Amino acid sequence: MIELISDTRCVACDVCVKVCPTNVFDKVEDAPPVIARQADCQTCFMCELYCPTDALFVSPEADNPQTVHEDELAARGTLGSYRAAVGWGQGRNPTARIDASYRVLALVAAPEPPPRKPQPAQEQA
Amino acid sequence: MHDGQAPFAAAAGPTLSDDSLQLRADVLVLGGGPSGTWAAWTAAQSGARVVLADKGYCGTSGATAPSGTGVWYVQPDPQAREEARASREAMGGFLADRRWMDRVLDQTHENVDRLAAWGYPFPTDDAGESYRRSLQGPEYMRLMRKRVKAAGVTVLDHSPALELLTDDGEVVGAAGINRQTGLRWQARAGAVVIATGGCAFLSRALGCNVLTGDGGLFAAEVGAELSGMEFSNAYGLAPAFASVTKSAFYRFATFYYADGRPIEGAGSARGRSVIAKTLLTEPVFACLDQVPPHVRESLRAAQPNFFLPFDRRGIDPLTQKFPVTLRLEGTVRGTGGIRIVNEDCGTSVPGLYAAGDAATRELICGGFTGGGSHNAAWAMSSGYWAGQGAAAHAKALGERASSRAGQPAGRATLRPDSDARTLDPEAVIRAVQDEVFPYDRNLFRTERGMSESLERLDGVWREVQSRPVQNAHHVLRGREAAAMTAVARFMYTSARMRTETRGMHKHLDHPAQDPAQQHRLISRGLDEITVSRENIHNSSLQPVAATV
Repeated sequence: MIELISDTRCVACDVCVKVCPTNVFDKVEDAPPVIARQADCQTCFMCELYCPTDALFVSPEADNPQTVHEDELAARGTLGSYRAAVGWGQGRNPTARIDASYRVLALVAAPEPPPRKPQPAQEQA
Repeated sequence: MHDGQAPFAAAAGPTLSDDSLQLRADVLVLGGGPSGTWAAWTAAQSGARVVLADKGYCGTSGATAPSGTGVWYVQPDPQAREEARASREAMGGFLADRRWMDRVLDQTHENVDRLAAWGYPFPTDDAGESYRRSLQGPEYMRLMRKRVKAAGVTVLDHSPALELLTDDGEVVGAAGINRQTGLRWQARAGAVVIATGGCAFLSRALGCNVLTGDGGLFAAEVGAELSGMEFSNAYGLAPAFASVTKSAFYRFATFYYADGRPIEGAGSARGRSVIAKTLLTEPVFACLDQVPPHVRESLRAAQPNFFLPFDRRGIDPLTQKFPVTLRLEGTVRGTGGIRIVNEDCGTSVPGLYAAGDAATRELICGGFTGGGSHNAAWAMSSGYWAGQGAAAHAKALGERASSRAGQPAGRATLRPDSDARTLDPEAVIRAVQDEVFPYDRNLFRTERGMSESLERLDGVWREVQSRPVQNAHHVLRGREAAAMTAVARFMYTSARMRTETRGMHKHLDHPAQDPAQQHRLISRGLDEITVSRENIHNSSLQPVAATV
């Protein structure tokens, strides 16, 4: 769920307030928004995707609030990482253009092998 | 799954205003996901004045936007089409209708090609062809919002409908609130399209928490019918800690007990019951250790969000084991929904249309959908037809289209018989979840389990005949709670009538498919739900003129 609005990165554009499909944020006059209804967060990561300054962090933990530290997240390059992966933001190209589903979906759609005791993945020439 | 501690306590929201925004339109679309945006765009193309109201934000709302989906896009080659039609007929229990499949395949092909013309960045496959069988949710829905606005549609974000308006047995509009300002809205329209999605019971499956079955409640309140509500128990596989219910890659997974022994028979498709059974008593772990080496690099480029929870937890899902769970996706990946009575996706009530996951998908899938591709095709096709049909209906009404006054049709939590109690929506939601989440109630159904659940759900239904605190958050939550209760009751009431196992409906007392039950189950009513059979050959594929 949503855990962080970085005061240093946020420019108070309120785009997260606008795009959050479950209305988790509240606007604040002349200040960054606040996380007003964290329990309503559905961990869909859409706010991160739309945030122009990579000021938000959504933890992958869907059911339990976490304690996070902005410095660590920034140091690990986590802030904005999903937006980069989708190719949104200035100077980037949407990665939908290189969507490699065509290589994967055919395999996925193939009939599932009969349930069996798994073996180490077999390399085939 | 829900620990009930702060910050889970009742949240604040704006007080509801006495004023209301008054709108007039030819077509009102409720819901701004794939089916709603296609409906709005198509209606606007026909020259209709269109208002689209979304509970969240049109562009991010719904199961598609944060996800990505395959699309049932098949070239108009007779053999390819035949294989496409035949591929899931048996899994769906032979309840689909090939004529509807043909229509959906045709319309989906046209719509997807239109997306390409609009600039959706489809990839080029290894043969140099534009590959159009996969859509990235954020990209797709951002584009749909743009097209809908360019077509002149008035988009109301954060504006959930709360109820329909009726006049002399016809649907003439809807009323709702803006949940960020507390302002009420009322839209009078020649026709209304319900495109509010399915119901996943607030399970936090990816993108599904806006999908609380609201449209089913609205439809039932005006006397419309539902179909296939027994096919409502889809569960999505996800890391136990995460929301990302994207199941496709688990095709390459091995499932393990905590001690590292593989679980015999467990699999993402046919072996999902084994996973559920194991989860009833102990944790299940997965590792995608069967990914063929040549596609390893492609996984990330196919589904960036699949890896997000793992990256942030520091797990490599291809080499490390991680705990998994099954989150209820209900009718979102089920097939039951509002009954369609004609080829315009009209319902049994004049002026009311249904599209996408709010509508039944039995027409193309029967009792099972193996994933997003059919649902995505259905959403864009049914949305297209509903938008077209609603616009034609409004046009035929002429001046009257947006001038009829209309009476509000909502009852539960809005107009209770008594104000003796104050409704606690969160308590209702937990009570409903207790009946629909457990695998040993809903995935593995028994007569005893279902009748016990229904008895308790009937009690919950009486509970929602009271009013919550009058602020926007609680009023909306109250309606969502009522809708979830109604959907759960439609589910189990229909499921009890199907004394066999067919499609996704597994009845432990009746584990075989019964040839005598190759029919659809139609449900209606709220205080008293009744269920009747519909012969699958008595099809809903009727020209509109015959039903007006």
